[in-house]
Order: sequence, then structure tokens, then C-alpha cells
Amino acid sequence: MRGVERIEQVFRELKTTGAAAFMPYHAMGYPTRQKSLEIVAALAGAGADIIEFGIPHSDPLADGPMIQTATYSALVGGTTVADCLQMARELRDQGVNTPFCAMSYYNPILAFGEERFANAAASSGIDGLIVPDLPPGESELLEPACRAAGLATVYMLAPTSTEDRIKSVARHATGFIYLVSVTGITGARDELPPGLPAFVERVRRHTDLPLAVGFGISTGPQAESVSEIVEGVIVGSALVKAAGSDAGADAVRTLAKELAAGSHKKMDE
Amino acid sequence: MTLSTTSTPVNYGAVPDETGRFGPYGGKYVPETLMPALEELEEAYLNARIDQEFMAELAHLQHTYVGRPTPLTYARRLSEELGGAQIYLKREDLAHSGAHKINNALGQALLMKRKMGKTRIVAETGAGQHGVATATAAALLGIECIVYMGTVDMERQKPNVFRMQLLGTEVRAVDSGSQTLKDAINEAIRDWVTNVETTHYLLGSALGPHPYPAMVRDFQSVIGIEAHSQMQDPAEGGPGRLPDAIVACVGGGSNAIGIFHPFLEEESVRLIGVEAGGHGIEDGAHAARFADPERGRLGVLQGTKSFVLQDSDGQIALTHSISAGLDYASVGPEHAWLRDVGRSEYTYCTDTQTLKGFSALCELEGIIPALESAHAIGYVLELAPQMAKDQVILVNLSGRGDKDLGTVMQTIGGDR
Repeated sequence: MRGVERIEQVFRELKTTGAAAFMPYHAMGYPTRQKSLEIVAALAGAGADIIEFGIPHSDPLADGPMIQTATYSALVGGTTVADCLQMARELRDQGVNTPFCAMSYYNPILAFGEERFANAAASSGIDGLIVPDLPPGESELLEPACRAAGLATVYMLAPTSTEDRIKSVARHATGFIYLVSVTGITGARDELPPGLPAFVERVRRHTDLPLAVGFGISTGPQAESVSEIVEGVIVGSALVKAAGSDAGADAVRTLAKELAAGSHKKMDE
Repeated sequence: MTLSTTSTPVNYGAVPDETGRFGPYGGKYVPETLMPALEELEEAYLNARIDQEFMAELAHLQHTYVGRPTPLTYARRLSEELGGAQIYLKREDLAHSGAHKINNALGQALLMKRKMGKTRIVAETGAGQHGVATATAAALLGIECIVYMGTVDMERQKPNVFRMQLLGTEVRAVDSGSQTLKDAINEAIRDWVTNVETTHYLLGSALGPHPYPAMVRDFQSVIGIEAHSQMQDPAEGGPGRLPDAIVACVGGGSNAIGIFHPFLEEESVRLIGVEAGGHGIEDGAHAARFADPERGRLGVLQGTKSFVLQDSDGQIALTHSISAGLDYASVGPEHAWLRDVGRSEYTYCTDTQTLKGFSALCELEGIIPALESAHAIGYVLELAPQMAKDQVILVNLSGRGDKDLGTVMQTIGGDR
């Protein structure tokens, strides 16, 4: 099965239950190579439906302090694009089957070679790709390369997106659309923005693709309220913070279970 | 690479295209949240350009507040000392707030005030010159202003930090990464993403996503437009002819594109950009994007595709320059394109050679240049003697050096 189909299947199966997909992020190579492998395995075991597989970049301009610190530390530790793909392969060999959506910035992919990256990612067990600084208008090389390799091309929309931008993303996206919950950078926030349901409705008018919301979600109750309006709940910074704590993978597992339970609430009812 | 071998004339007015491309360079590589803000900015700018009232207000401020036109100065003693080409200086150091940066800062601040429904400005600064210019424009027009600055740069440009604060701007220290210009830009962009509804990002160089490279170029082109007429007019201090070469330092490249652009059609005029050679190319500690064949490659940094100093894995390289304003890993996309089509050429000047240029201008002309501008002078020390006495070099003296006295005292102070 192609990567994009594996991601589509997750949403198709969850749809029958009414639950949302739990989609945690982790920065590969953080806090160490070995620990990041354990953390991804822990996320899969704790109920993740799709894992956002973070490939570090030196200048993550859409990220807040937590993910900046983690990805910088991963780079200092010697993490490379090629090794991130190797880690995906190792996780597949260990039997981790959760779909992986790689998340990086454009320059590391450009340096690797767009077509070469898409093919190497697909053969390493990556199923989709999110590049926050590469909107549809700029991805005329990477998008076809991903299509040919069977990867989902996930694009982001923000509360500021105009109708034209929404239509454009809806035309180019496959797998799902990533809705940025707030105008801002990644990082945990106390409250979900009140305008979120209206934003979701605006996007729905232009697409049947599953929608996943990220940025600012850190608790089970937040995950639950997001799961009531969209098909996916994305959590990054809060889990990365747990990953860097003394309890490491155990702390990640505990928080991930809470977030999975929130996202899957409808399934249990 | 030269243009003389190509038969098709290059249409310099055709860039950027409607997608913001200069050939393969430029574009809009930003998070989706910012795309509508870029569209809004482009619309406001295109509207302002043809709005006579706006352009007249800007011209009035440039004249009565900035002090434009800035003079053209014949560097007689420097020319005699070098014994070759005659050297003329375009005196952007005499523009209010001490550098060419005010041309763009005032243009964008006025654009925001008159054409966009925003109330707050964020900016980045390296040397502090753009920060001071932005703080100045914000004070003049009554706009809230936040400037992000790397902690390393805050240390080496202390007077400018205090200047910004005096002007009512909040200077926010940036501790991430290399704590220099690149990291200050990341933080300014993060602030902009977060507060985009109310905030305009006043980017200080011909860099970043479209429409910034074209808009900043246009606001800075006043330098070249004035120089073009001054050079041909002896009453304005000119030699009565166009120069044979124009030399300007290139960090992001706004002062260089500003003086180059009105001369693009003058094929007899060589356009030479001088990058920061730092400790030398082999040493690796430099900011010469075009001169380092190993690490200077096509890449994307902070919204635009251009030449970027990076490692083999696409991670952005750490740069070094004695001048904070040139200490940056990427270069304006139009420079990359002009180099490709053979219209402009790029060289570099090391820290050591720069200090020679700095001292020469101080001692022979009574002008203390910014360390950025001293890169252009440092190269002219090599270029002028290779040219004939009846040839002419025009140097863009982009800023004054008061801010750099601490750095220079530390470096050559012991010799005095």
C-alpha cells in the first residue's frame, strides 16, 4: 500500500467510530538518537494513529521555543536527514506500523534533492510530508516527486487564510489538511482559540479531506474538544517537553495516553 | 561569466515576475499564516507606487527629514594616494540616522501608516543601523516599534541599542542560534506570525519573501537615481560622466541594489558587490556566499531562494564578519540573478583588508565609515591602482562608523 493510502485508511477507519486521529509529533534525534527511537515506539504503543516524524532544521521559523530547543539539540547531536530516514527504517523493522508523516523545512529537502528525498523517504517507511515553509505555489518540484513516490502531500491552512488560499490548498493537498489553530508558532497554550469552529467550517466548504488541528494543544480535555470538530488532533511541544524530562519515554507514554483518550473519546462512547 | 556573448538583451525591468521570481531565485517560502499578509503588502505597495500623493509625501520627507539628496564627494587624497582611478563617494553616511537604511525604513513605515490598517512594527537588526532607522521612522510617524537583535550583535553595537531605546523602541534580545542577524530575523518572523493582524514586518534588506526584495530595492533606488544625475553634473560635484565601476558592500544587498539598479541599462558601468570575507574563504569564518564554492549553494532561507551558506545537509552555516551588518548566510535574490545573467560581479574583502579601507578613509578623507561600507573601500584599495587615472569609480558609502568605534578600538586600538 502506498503511503498516502495508509494515511487515508487511518481516517477512513476512524470515521466509522466518530473518533479523531491522535497525531503526535516528535523531533528525531532528541534527546538522543536511541531515546528518540524509544519515544516514537512509546507514542505508537500509547495509541498514536499517525506520527509526525520531525526532521530537524537549523532555522525552524514556524516553531516556538520548545521545538527550537529540541531540534537544535538534535542537530548538535549529529542528526542528519539521511539518519532520520534510517531511523524510520529501523522503527519499521521493529514492527512499528503507525503511519509516519515527515515534517521538516524546505532547505534540508532541497539540499538532499527533492526527488531523491521523496523516493528515499517512501522506501524508508515514511508515508507523507509536511513542509511548513513550502506553500502550494512553491512546491512545483517537490509535490510531483511526492506523488510519484506515493507520499501524501500535506499543506497547512491558518485562521488568516483567504478563500482563494483555502481553495488552492484543497486542490493540492492529499491525505489530510493541517489547520494551524492560531496565528502564531508552535507551543502549548492554556486555551483553544474561540474562532476555531468557524475556521473549520470555512475550510469544510471547500474540501472533503480530513482536517487535523495543531498548535497549542497539550491536554486530554483540549484534545477531546478538538476531536469534536475535526478528524485529527496534532500535539507537538507538550510531548517534546515530556521527552526531554528526566522520565523521558515514560512521561511521553503517560501524556500520550491521556491525549489519545481525549482524541478517541467518541470511540469509547 | 559576461553578457557580451549572449545575443538576447536582458530585460531588467521584467523581474521579479508576478510570483516574485528573479529567474530561479526569490519566491515566497513562508508559513501559510503569512501568505495573506504578503498579498496585502504587495497590493498596498503596488497601489502606493502609483499614488502621486503618497510618493510626494515620501519625497517631501526624504528631502526635509532625511536630508536627501545626499552629496557626492570626490575623494581627492584617496585617489591620489592610490594613483589610479578617480574615486567618488555617494554619501549615504550623511542621511539622517547615519545610513542608507532610513530610505527603506521610512518608505515602509509610511506605507504601513497610509495604506495598511496596521499599528505596530517589528524589525530585525544586525549592525543596528536598520533598527535605528526603523526606530527613527516609527518615532516620526508615531508607530509602536519592536526591534529584535542577537545578543552577540547587541554587545558589539552597543551605541545603536541605546539609540533605539532613546527613540522609544523596545529592543528584544535574541539568544537562539548564533545570536546574530539570522536569528533576529527568525524571531521577528515569529512575532509577525503571531501578531500578523496588527503588525507589519519592516524587513531591512532586499531579502525575504516577495514582495520585500523588489519593494526594498525600489525604496533604495533613490541612491542610484541621485548618483546617476550627480555623476554627470559637475555642479553637483560629479566628474561630468558616468563611472566605469560602481562598488558597494553586499550583506543582504540593499545598498548595493539601490545604487546598481538605476545603472543596469548602462552597460559600460561595471557593477561590483563586495561580500564579507571575514577571516578568509579557506578559513570558513566569513559571509561570502558567492565566493565559497563548497558551502555557498542554491538554498532557501527566511522566505527566499538564493545563494545560501550551508552544510551538505542543508543546515544553515554559521557566518563571521567584523561587521554585524554583513554577517548573514544568504544574499538578496536579485543579486544572484544579476550575477547569473552577467550584469554584476561579486568579490570579497577580508576583515584585515576592511580595516585598511577603514583607516584609509579616516586618515585621507576625514570620513569614518561604517565597517560594512569599509568593505567596499577595502576592495577599492586593490581595484583603483589597476585602473587608469582617467577612469572613475563610484563607491556607495552606505553608512557612518560611529557605531563601530568599539569594535575598531578592540581590533586596532593597540596600534595607536
